Amino acid sequence: MPTITYTDAEGESRSVEANVGDSVMETAVRNGVPGIVAECGGSLSCATCHVFVDPSDFASLPPMEEMEDEMLYGAAVDREEFSRLCCQIKVTDGMDLQVTTPKTQV
Amino acid sequence: MSANGLLIIGSSQAGVQLAVSLRALGHAGGITLLGDENHRPYQRPALSKEFLQGIITKESLIYRTQAYWDEHRIKVVKNERVVRIDKHSDGSGVAHARSGEVFGFDRLALALGARARRLQVEGADLPGVLYLRNADDALELKARVPVVHDVVVIGGGFIGIEAATSLRKLGKNVTLVEAGPRLVARAVGPETSEYLAKHHAENGIEIVVGAQVTRIVANGDAVGGVEVNGRVVPADLVLIGVGVVPNTELAQSIGLACENGIRVDRYAVASDGMTIAVGDVANLPNPVPGAPEGDRVRFESVNNAIEQAKVAAYAITGRREEYAGIPWFWSNQGDLKLQIAGLSTGHDRTLVRRDEEKGRFSVLYYRGDRIIAADCVNTPLDFMAVKAALAQRASIPYDEATDPSIPLKSITRSETA
Repeated sequence: MPTITYTDAEGESRSVEANVGDSVMETAVRNGVPGIVAECGGSLSCATCHVFVDPSDFASLPPMEEMEDEMLYGAAVDREEFSRLCCQIKVTDGMDLQVTTPKTQV
Repeated sequence: MSANGLLIIGSSQAGVQLAVSLRALGHAGGITLLGDENHRPYQRPALSKEFLQGIITKESLIYRTQAYWDEHRIKVVKNERVVRIDKHSDGSGVAHARSGEVFGFDRLALALGARARRLQVEGADLPGVLYLRNADDALELKARVPVVHDVVVIGGGFIGIEAATSLRKLGKNVTLVEAGPRLVARAVGPETSEYLAKHHAENGIEIVVGAQVTRIVANGDAVGGVEVNGRVVPADLVLIGVGVVPNTELAQSIGLACENGIRVDRYAVASDGMTIAVGDVANLPNPVPGAPEGDRVRFESVNNAIEQAKVAAYAITGRREEYAGIPWFWSNQGDLKLQIAGLSTGHDRTLVRRDEEKGRFSVLYYRGDRIIAADCVNTPLDFMAVKAALAQRASIPYDEATDPSIPLKSITRSETA
């Protein structure tokens, strides 16, 4: 099964088995991973599912669309080079993704 | 607390958040999360949008896995409708469900939500006349979509417009009728209403404002049309979205003060000093920093359900965290993303930022020199900038904001600077 590993700002990690087709946000929320708020439930309206993708994984993801790019500018913790809103990252077959969550989402 | 613990009646956004926040705060007492629908706790906002359009499945609306609930010792009960509550003066009591089941509690939290307001008009009970509030409504609507052609949506609020644009996307002939003079008058200003109406009309939705619906007419045994301003608009499906009514009956039955919702204080505590009320059913002191003293509001929003539930969780664990926040709302309408930050009530100036070429549009609302709200269409940068400015009590000078090519973030000034 695809696996997503979420590391919080303090460095604590949790790996979750994910379903193909779900988003990385949904996977976190449904399993109660702290550090992802996702107020809007994945409709790209709130920028509270901000993650820093592991640099080695970043290029393998489909590029972000303009709306996500703009929303990221409003994230509670400033965006960085490998920032994404994880509601827009779909879990794919064989995915083994590492992301770090920011200190706060709101 | 004894073994009974906290009983949360209502397992939608606010109820779920309350349970989740309590565990996140380390609350160890028992938690029962009671819902009256025969579904696992699920998210509603997508019902009129992504779910109706078939972009996402029912499964992705589910808040938490069963493993999560088990692991956090939150007892989730579905399909139980509480019809009577016996409450003692210490806040404990027993809730009686229609099924005959009883649920004891040491403390009660009411996350009862709201229900769709029924349209009182001849023919409103015909088959094919639907409402859209919960999952069963959405499933019924979705099941009818393949066999209908002409849809009349009654009500030009968020739900009505979202459903209308979704149904239009699915290829239906859609007429949207609104009794008032403009769309979403309760939530946005006239400039935004006009922008939305123009866009949706260009996408093929026939919009009628100032629409008097006099009756819904039958075609055989089912719905056949809607009589609007004296003419019958043919319809094989009618969807009604004319607002909601807060579910206060249970609260009233146990003597809690109610007035457009259950009256609560800044800590989400009702008039008995013990019972919690959160979400769409709660009437609370306006949480916007600087709001007039004594001003009260009732929100129908995800953001409020979450924020208020968090405050309630603190209250239950004995911490007094005031509810202060910047309300925000969103509504995805076809290819338009409307995001609203703050409350525009009491504004005395507006500023429209418009970029026709890029399809961006936002309206900033000011009271004096202070920005208090913004409606933003396909302009997330403006939305995020205004939301951040409001949260930091920073200013966005009116005169500098007139040029839409200048990012608001770049002209936001902290008041203390």
